[in-house]
Amino acid sequence: MPILSTSDAARVREMLTDLPGPVRLVFFTQTLNCETCEPTKQILGEVAELSGQITVEEHNFLLEKDLAAQYGIDRVPAVAVIGARDYGIRFLGIPSGYEFMSLIDAIKVVGAGDSGLNDASRAMIAGLESPLALQVFVTPT
Amino acid sequence: MAVESPRVTSVIVEASEYPDLVRKYQVSGVPKTMVNEKVEILGARPEEDFVRTAVGGAAAW
Repeated sequence: MPILSTSDAARVREMLTDLPGPVRLVFFTQTLNCETCEPTKQILGEVAELSGQITVEEHNFLLEKDLAAQYGIDRVPAVAVIGARDYGIRFLGIPSGYEFMSLIDAIKVVGAGDSGLNDASRAMIAGLESPLALQVFVTPT
Repeated sequence: MAVESPRVTSVIVEASEYPDLVRKYQVSGVPKTMVNEKVEILGARPEEDFVRTAVGGAAAW
């Protein structure tokens, strides 16, 4: 039973039609004590089926601690959205509801390697001299 | 923003799954953005406003 409805899947497929570059969804999961890991795996799989540019790479969080640390991931479920390079975009928790659209947006931006921000915003970001770590808290509804 | 600069990272956190982070950063409403774990940006803001606050927050810390 798919999580995405037929109409949602069609809409997402449309949104991802012109994805210019490949996107890897590096997914960290564990079997026990993680209610949302399995549905997250299913959602990522369904998204990957909607575009030939998207692949899912699954890793066991408990067995691949070093790799998780390389990606800066310390809990599951977690997804690193990787394009031509690792832009430092991560999702913690199940990407459903509102967060699902954020994931699709992230895939589009990463696949294009273009933020879509306006020139004034780009100039401010280009002027950064120190690291800027954003944590955006959202809920599914 | 993360795509624009190698200095920027962005983590989207599903708040209801991580009550420890919600407590740590005192998240009482969403969206809420933490800049370098110090500066808060509450709610959705216009793009330039958000970027200015985030970049300013990074510079301050």
